[in-house]
Amino acid sequence: MTKYLVLIYEDEAQYATATPEVYGEIMADHDRFSAGVEQHGAKLLGGEALEPTATATSVRGGEVTDGPFVETKEALGGYYVIDAPDLDTAIAVARTVPARFGGVEVRPVMTFD
Amino acid sequence: MLATTVRVTRDLDVAEECVQEAFAAALTDWATGGVPARPGAWLTTAARRRALNVLRHSGVERRYLPLLVEDEVAPAVVDDAHGYPDDRLRLVATCCHPALDRPAQVALTLRLVCGLTTPEVARAFLVPTATMAARITRAKKKIAVARIPYRVPPAAELPGRVDAVLAVVHLLFTTGHTAPAGEELVRRDLVERSVELARMLRRLLPRDPAVAGLLALLLLTDARRETRTGEDGRLLLLEEQDRTRWDRPAIDEGVALVREALRARPPSRYALQAAIAAVHAESPSWDDTDWAEIVALYGVLTRLWPSPVVALNRAVAVGFARGAAAGLAALDELAAEPQLAGYGYLPAARADLLRRLGRVGEAREAYTEALLLTENAAERAFLDARLRALG
Repeated sequence: MTKYLVLIYEDEAQYATATPEVYGEIMADHDRFSAGVEQHGAKLLGGEALEPTATATSVRGGEVTDGPFVETKEALGGYYVIDAPDLDTAIAVARTVPARFGGVEVRPVMTFD
Repeated sequence: MLATTVRVTRDLDVAEECVQEAFAAALTDWATGGVPARPGAWLTTAARRRALNVLRHSGVERRYLPLLVEDEVAPAVVDDAHGYPDDRLRLVATCCHPALDRPAQVALTLRLVCGLTTPEVARAFLVPTATMAARITRAKKKIAVARIPYRVPPAAELPGRVDAVLAVVHLLFTTGHTAPAGEELVRRDLVERSVELARMLRRLLPRDPAVAGLLALLLLTDARRETRTGEDGRLLLLEEQDRTRWDRPAIDEGVALVREALRARPPSRYALQAAIAAVHAESPSWDDTDWAEIVALYGVLTRLWPSPVVALNRAVAVGFARGAAAGLAALDELAAEPQLAGYGYLPAARADLLRRLGRVGEAREAYTEALLLTENAAERAFLDARLRALG
């Protein structure tokens, strides 16, 4: 098994203008996602939703600046960590991650023996 | 061999080393004891044995080696002809995984499935060797680290892989059909390997029109294999080839496949290229060639699948359909195409049109430039003879 980080990149503006109904749907989608991971033969190890990039602070070379490290149209808004036997399984799980305003990136986690 | 060895090592680099060592051992062994009855089987067994040894002796290091994942439960695709799961299909499917970009997919397949050297793969792509080496290394690393599984995808995912696999098989064929370097015009091993792969895909996906189109294209093109060089190894043009020696059964099979492949809407690029090859194959002589039909087919192909090489071929066809001056005008539109810089067929085609127009000085320059750009001995001899004939 290998750990994969699934990074969720979405358009924050869409969230800012979403109705409470849409929010509710998205929450329900995430609950459904979490419940369904095991049927792919993978395990959900963790994950969090992040506050928007407007709340981000970056530090580079000791210098502190307001804002995210990299400005992108679709910003990192949350992540899951899964354990999967191979990339195909990780991709199958990633397809089920709710990301209606963008998409996800799958990155293998480095292992140190 | 490599495909079978990878199943043991689950690591591409280790498998490649084992295969190379097996070849080296064979040279020594066979020099003293003679060549075994089934050299291929001998080599595969030797490579597998080495792989098992490597695994036994590397208990500790192995943990540092990212492994290919082998899926033991997936239903193996059985190759009808041999009755065993075809490891090469497994290797091709892995090399063509959607998590790898197209250039990486093609490069890996040529390198690992077909055993081309990195410089040969680089030439097939018109990129520098260093670029190609980096591309292959990066792709292998991703397969290992991200754990791209070593298996034929389940039936539901297979069609999604087909496009990549077809592009790969086609490039493999074109590389073999006119070898980038060396004494031989054709690398039969590569051509045969690509036809085998195309037949295998056809068995797996009997209703896929693109697969039918590709197999047709390979059969129709390769049907001319016996007539492409003369007794003396000289390159013979389509115009000079003895059509009675073309492989009729292959042509018949190819034409039937083209008909099927052209029913798809829109037709695949392979079906269109096969249709062009079929026009030549069914023409009783060079003088009877329906060039207008060929130019029209290239026109459709250019719209569906724009590529400088297709545009180059269209320009050559225009030169026969509407005269050398029209062909040269079409060709000169491509002069600034960066992808064709360093592509020997561009000056070679220009040279021929200039020769036909009697512009001897310019033709001579173009032949000289084309000579600088090919390392294939048969092609060089042909261009050299044309250059000398200009006086």
